[in-house]
Amino acid sequence: MHTLVAVLAAAWVLTGLGGRAAAGPGAFDLEAAASRLAAPATQKDVLGELAGSSDPAVERLLRALKDGALYAWKGRTVLLGDDGGLTDVAGRPVLDSQGQPAQLESGAEAVALDEAHFGLVRRTLERFEVFGRDPLKRQSAAFRLGTSGDPAAIPVLARALEGETNGDVRVALEDALAKLRLRSSDAADRLGAVKRLGWRASEAAVPQLQALLAGETDPAVRAAARTALQDIDRFVVQRNAIGYLFNGVSLGAVLLLMSLGLAVTFGLMGIINMAHGEMLMLGSYTAYVVQEIFAAWFPGYVDSYFVVALPLAFLVAGVVGLALEWGVIRFLYGRPLETLIVTWGVGMILQQGARLYFGDQTSVNSPTWLRGGAEVLTGLIFPWSRIFIVVLALAALGALWLLLYRSYAGLNVRAVMQNRAMAACLGVSTRRVDAVTFSLGTALAGVAGCALALIGTVDPEVGKTYIVDSFMVVVLGGVGKLVGTVVAAVCIGVSNKLIEPAIGGTAAAVYAKVAVLVIVIWFLQWRPTGLFAQRGRAATETA
Amino acid sequence: MTSAPGRSWDRGLVWVGIFGAVFAVGLPLANVLGYVSDYYLNLFGKYLALAILALGMDLIWGYTGILSLGQAIFFGIGAYSIGMHMMLESSGKGVYGEPVPDFMIWNQVYALPLFWKPYTSAVFAIGSSLLLPALLATVIGVLTFRRRLRGTYFAILTQAIAFAVWLMLNRNEMKLGGTNGLTDFKSVLGFSLSSQGTLRALYVVTAAVLVGSLLLARAIVRSKTGLVLEAIRDNERRLEFLGYDTAGFKIFVFAVSAALAGLSGLLYAPQVGIITPSQVGVLPSLEIVIWVAFGGRGTLWGALLGAISVNWLRSVLTATYPRLWPIILGGLFVAVILLFPAGLIGLAARCKKLLARRRHGVVAAAVVAPGVNHHTA
Repeated sequence: MHTLVAVLAAAWVLTGLGGRAAAGPGAFDLEAAASRLAAPATQKDVLGELAGSSDPAVERLLRALKDGALYAWKGRTVLLGDDGGLTDVAGRPVLDSQGQPAQLESGAEAVALDEAHFGLVRRTLERFEVFGRDPLKRQSAAFRLGTSGDPAAIPVLARALEGETNGDVRVALEDALAKLRLRSSDAADRLGAVKRLGWRASEAAVPQLQALLAGETDPAVRAAARTALQDIDRFVVQRNAIGYLFNGVSLGAVLLLMSLGLAVTFGLMGIINMAHGEMLMLGSYTAYVVQEIFAAWFPGYVDSYFVVALPLAFLVAGVVGLALEWGVIRFLYGRPLETLIVTWGVGMILQQGARLYFGDQTSVNSPTWLRGGAEVLTGLIFPWSRIFIVVLALAALGALWLLLYRSYAGLNVRAVMQNRAMAACLGVSTRRVDAVTFSLGTALAGVAGCALALIGTVDPEVGKTYIVDSFMVVVLGGVGKLVGTVVAAVCIGVSNKLIEPAIGGTAAAVYAKVAVLVIVIWFLQWRPTGLFAQRGRAATETA
Repeated sequence: MTSAPGRSWDRGLVWVGIFGAVFAVGLPLANVLGYVSDYYLNLFGKYLALAILALGMDLIWGYTGILSLGQAIFFGIGAYSIGMHMMLESSGKGVYGEPVPDFMIWNQVYALPLFWKPYTSAVFAIGSSLLLPALLATVIGVLTFRRRLRGTYFAILTQAIAFAVWLMLNRNEMKLGGTNGLTDFKSVLGFSLSSQGTLRALYVVTAAVLVGSLLLARAIVRSKTGLVLEAIRDNERRLEFLGYDTAGFKIFVFAVSAALAGLSGLLYAPQVGIITPSQVGVLPSLEIVIWVAFGGRGTLWGALLGAISVNWLRSVLTATYPRLWPIILGGLFVAVILLFPAGLIGLAARCKKLLARRRHGVVAAAVVAPGVNHHTA
């Protein structure tokens, strides 16, 4: 219902003001106004008349006045251009009696702008920004005018709205109009404005609405304002909930991306690879190195470095993983605790190596196409980089699932993990399968590291900050089950981000992490083998 | 050292006696006479305190096969307990002259937090450094072992707990000094820490406590309980089928090792003069494992040897190559497990066997390193 009212109100506003605007500039004698502007006595009056104008010629005139480029010349008022040429108020070049471009005689003094009127000129000029060329600037100018509380801006905004074609700017203009009309003396005007703001759930209008409510006498407007405030409140609560949920899902995607590799090496193979975090770090540094190479040698293509870095990170981490398996892990199959210690040692070496080579902190710039974000609701922006990570996590999950469950190679992997001896008897090269599977797990970590470089710093400690979380995800999900890893990642991510605002304060993230850890431990009391437990003999052997 | 109970204990005890005589009596005497510098005595005091920590780790990891990555938390509880007591003992003598430790003033805390209050009592501080770790270990043990969370799951869980504790300790809101930890201790139990006599006494106490801990650990591993612990390491499932309540034994050994870790922290903090969160976390826990593995897992002497030698190596190398130390330590992790799974003690045993074979011309059976479990399943 109030949507209709708002639309009607807007339509009424449009037609009413549109008519007046059409009559405005034609009837106005600019030349006369300019000459009165040059006279100190009438300057103030003319400025007042020009205040509601939207004529570009008026803007030029006022700008010239402000910049001291307005001159009285042979009974006319002329503007001095940057090139030294003179133009009249309509922008036509001024010619002298011989038909040549006129020149100012030396010693001519510019029309003085009275200091008292300076603010008025500035404000009037600001209004012209809603007619500018850049839609973003028009939008922000509309917002500024809306919050200025200056009723003189109403006709300007209305005229701008009339000629505006950009949808976002139109919305901004209408919001600004509604905010200004809250102060209108006409109760119907105020009612329309209040309803529009309530319908738009504009958070920025809350102070104005509250101010209105404090002084309002009209009962209908009061009721409408109260409803509008409630609507806005409800919207903010919903928006925050969606925001927290998105943050949670995005953290879940980060966790999922990190844990997918671990789900393979730890979940499927039972290898505790404490250097998993360092594989992630390798991916991050790959992104960094590729970025530096592009910046140095192909500066024109810097934006596409990430397209190269992502597969390269997969390869680098995969090859290092292959070397790690061949050099260390293969001697330790079936001895998980020893593997844990050795891989931690390898992790320390890689970490310190990175610190010695790259220094303590480096960072990766997102390519421009991943900067900024999508405004999902008013005031709620989902950054592209986060959305990209969610998409990448899903893509990696899909690829891994296809590989493991829908390909011949995956069949071999699962066969070896389920019954090594039997698989070997049937001619599967278990050594090769082990090596390739482990390397796949580390390669996935590399991809995760490359993607995470977009949202965090690249430093030698990056692996250590993620490793504990990743293991919690796999343990909570239950080893050997991809679906468990997915559910656990999202659960941990979302609960982290829901607990954080509940705790509040600067240390919220730390305490939320601890709280989630406690919840996970409590949960494992109840289901020691995780959310999706593997059943049968394999389950008891991996534990 | 894995002989059946009741046999040849005399010889073992003789070695303990010699060890005690050298470290608890000989070294301080040499210091008094001027043969050993104060600096080295203090350094050895630190090593011996850490050897107690290694003993605890050996009991739970070496003998029982449970990898606890929470040992550094227990060590931290011990060190922070006595640290808090020492801070309170010297409070009022700080830069600001307030009745609370200086770091609290920096964080705008002017009244002593409630949980600090009992630590004005030395008895409480010492008790808490021993019993609190044991209590915490019992709680964690009940929550995990009773629910049959074992093996790698237990390692990962304790690692996560250690990580969480480290995260919390780094926060100033915990009122435990944040990243800087507790430091600037002036005195312990009324004795000034700037006097060499106090430090010497601390050293003697540490050495004596180490000998006591060694005797306790010996008593445990040589008892029937010790046999059950080793059986848990070698095949827990079979032991369960035989009717043993393995969870109870595991909780017991976890609590004992935690108390030893707390004791170690209690003796470490006054001698070193600082305790920070960096000593309470996953990496320090894993380092303890490396001491034990380096010296010889599943032998008490190996734990002592490992703790002292690795820490000595650390002192030397961090002084000369500070940037390379993490790489060396990491390399040690890899090399010890891959190349010397039985550690220094195992290496010595192998050398002895080789010599004996050469002397007698006997073909010795392949040396199987004691305590190393090749089929942890």
